[in-house]
Amino acid sequence: MSNPQPRMAFRGARVLAGLALLLACAGCRQDMHVQPRYNPYDPTDFFEDGQSARLPVEGTVPRGDLKLGPNELFYTGKVDGQASESFPFPVTREILDRGRERFNIYCSPCHGFSGDGDGMIVQRGFRRPPSLHEDRLRNAPAGHFFDVITNGMGVMYPYGYRVAPPDRWAIVYYIRALQLSRQASINDLPDAEQKKLLGGTR
Amino acid sequence: MAQIFHHSTNTIARVSIYGAVIIVGLLGFALNVVNQTSYVTEVHNARPQPVPFSHKHHAGELGLDCRYCHSSVEVSSSAGMPPTQTCMTCHSQIWTNAEMLEPVRASYRDSKPISWTRVNAVPDFVYFNHSIHLAKGVGCTTCHGPVAEMNITWRAETLYMRWCLDCHTAPEKYLRPRSEVFNAYYQPPKDQLALGEKLMKEYKVQKLTACTTCHR
Ligand code: HEC
Ligand code: HEC
Ligand code: HEC
Ligand code: HEC
Ligand code: HEC
Ligand code: HEC
Repeated sequence: MSNPQPRMAFRGARVLAGLALLLACAGCRQDMHVQPRYNPYDPTDFFEDGQSARLPVEGTVPRGDLKLGPNELFYTGKVDGQASESFPFPVTREILDRGRERFNIYCSPCHGFSGDGDGMIVQRGFRRPPSLHEDRLRNAPAGHFFDVITNGMGVMYPYGYRVAPPDRWAIVYYIRALQLSRQASINDLPDAEQKKLLGGTR
Repeated sequence: MAQIFHHSTNTIARVSIYGAVIIVGLLGFALNVVNQTSYVTEVHNARPQPVPFSHKHHAGELGLDCRYCHSSVEVSSSAGMPPTQTCMTCHSQIWTNAEMLEPVRASYRDSKPISWTRVNAVPDFVYFNHSIHLAKGVGCTTCHGPVAEMNITWRAETLYMRWCLDCHTAPEKYLRPRSEVFNAYYQPPKDQLALGEKLMKEYKVQKLTACTTCHR
């Protein structure tokens, strides 16, 4: 006749071990959660600088991005090395809207929403940029603005890496519209708009 | 034949059977509670960062648009983290002596990226894409909470599958007009469902619940 007590104790231990195993499983988080591949911005110890994302080799030109011949104007704002007076494509309502949106995101913190140079960051102590409405800039060629956005100027850093060429041109169109808005007279408006603006007075 | 088991083993047997059921039940309950604490879900836990970057300061008080720094969010699966150069567009002139910005300046000097601690992440077997959500009228704050009020960034949602599906089965509960997607202070209107249904038609929003939408 065997004594039941040890068997009970053995069973208890097995149940406890099983429960512990269950708990341990709930804590596991490896397998497919972290797969052997790199996600954007993942670090690596393979390359010396610790980044898994690589920069293109110096001098690489993206396909279709050759800054020569017919593309020179679109990608550099220059024609034969001189800042261009003209734009590479005609303006539309959509382009102006896009330009306003991009200007408000990337330029208004310093240049202000209307280009006077009184943006929020300037109020916090950044050097005040020139007003976009001063004569020198009103008469500057379109390509000059494109170049300043692309490469920066003085204490203004380049924005080319965040603003693609079509958006840069859209911003330049919008700056032209801002400049025009200070010079326009009511007679520049179509008849219908003039009537709306003047209401019942005429 | 003599009894093998003593009479009292009946009670032991009963206690251990019911006891086991109760213990398993309690454990299950406890696990469930523990799984919903922020210790496990990481919701609301501010992560220590190499630089105490404040969205409250930059996106809130200075009014910077999210895209000034997260510039690929509209066109890519990844929102994009600002390179140090983006910080330097301002901090080359502002707070140039602040001790707390030394890692930023060092990073710029040595061309070594700042390694931010991840706050939001889905497991590798899940496919997520920012651009589609913005294009269909899901705002940043719907998923990331009141970012413009965070001094140190914390995770606002669990990012569990049931959270994704809660919206994917009924997007009308959350959609907003595209023009408001980047608005950090957007408040949904009282008639959200009516607006949501209108936007679903306008933006041709589907209810994507097939497993292969997110597990591909
Ligand atoms: C962080 C603040 C800041 C931001 C953002 C900024 N700028 Fe500037 N910008 C300046 C400052 C400061 C100057 C004056 C630079 C100098 O003279 O050193 C300037 C100068 C300029 C000039 C005048 C160049 C000249 O010939 O005098 C133009 C045009 C200009 N910026 C356009 C833009 C556009 C377009 C954007 C948006 C893509 C932009 N800036 C964003 C600060 C900024
Ligand atoms: C001045 C640049 C800047 C602006 C503007 C900005 N962010 Fe950030 N954002 C950062 C930096 C730097 C980090 C990494 C440090 C951190 O997590 O706080 C970050 C992190 C985040 C994260 C967490 C990323 C992760 O690790 O999961 C979210 C979400 C986020 N930002 C959303 C927003 C939203 C929404 C806005 C607009 C309301 C915004 N950001 C505006 C710079 C910026
Ligand atoms: C558009 C301009 C701008 C950009 C871009 C910018 N900052 Fe700032 N930052 C400021 C200003 C202005 C202040 C000072 C705030 C004040 O005066 O109230 C500041 C303050 C700070 C402070 C200390 C004050 C605080 O409590 O937040 C830190 C840290 C900081 N920034 C980090 C960063 C980092 C990191 C980045 C890059 C991801 C960055 N900033 C990008 C304008 C900027
Ligand atoms: C539908 C929900 C959702 C919306 C809307 C959303 N995010 Fe995210 N965000 C996420 C998820 C999920 C992750 C984690 C992604 C991963 O692990 O790959 C994330 C990650 C991030 C990150 C970390 C970097 C990255 O891309 O992994 C940043 C920064 C960020 N979001 C910013 C933003 C900004 C800014 C907006 C608004 C323009 C926004 N998010 C809108 C869900 C969302
Ligand atoms: C607040 C609402 C909301 C949340 C939360 C949300 N989604 Fe979405 N998601 C949408 C909408 C709306 C669409 C667009 C449906 C369509 O294409 O019409 C979408 C589309 C997608 C797509 C399709 C992209 C493509 O290229 O086909 C994926 C993948 C996706 N979501 C993944 C996720 C994941 C993963 C999560 C959770 C981490 C998540 N979503 C959370 C609303 C949401
Ligand atoms: C809207 C996006 C989405 C859809 C659709 C979706 N899932 Fe998921 N799924 C997720 C996310 C996000 C997670 C990760 C949750 C987490 O962090 O634990 C997940 C996790 C899982 C896991 C858990 C894996 C683990 O180790 O925890 C399984 C299993 C799974 N999904 C199966 C499915 C099946 C089956 C379907 C179709 C019926 C499905 N999913 C549809 C987003 C989705």
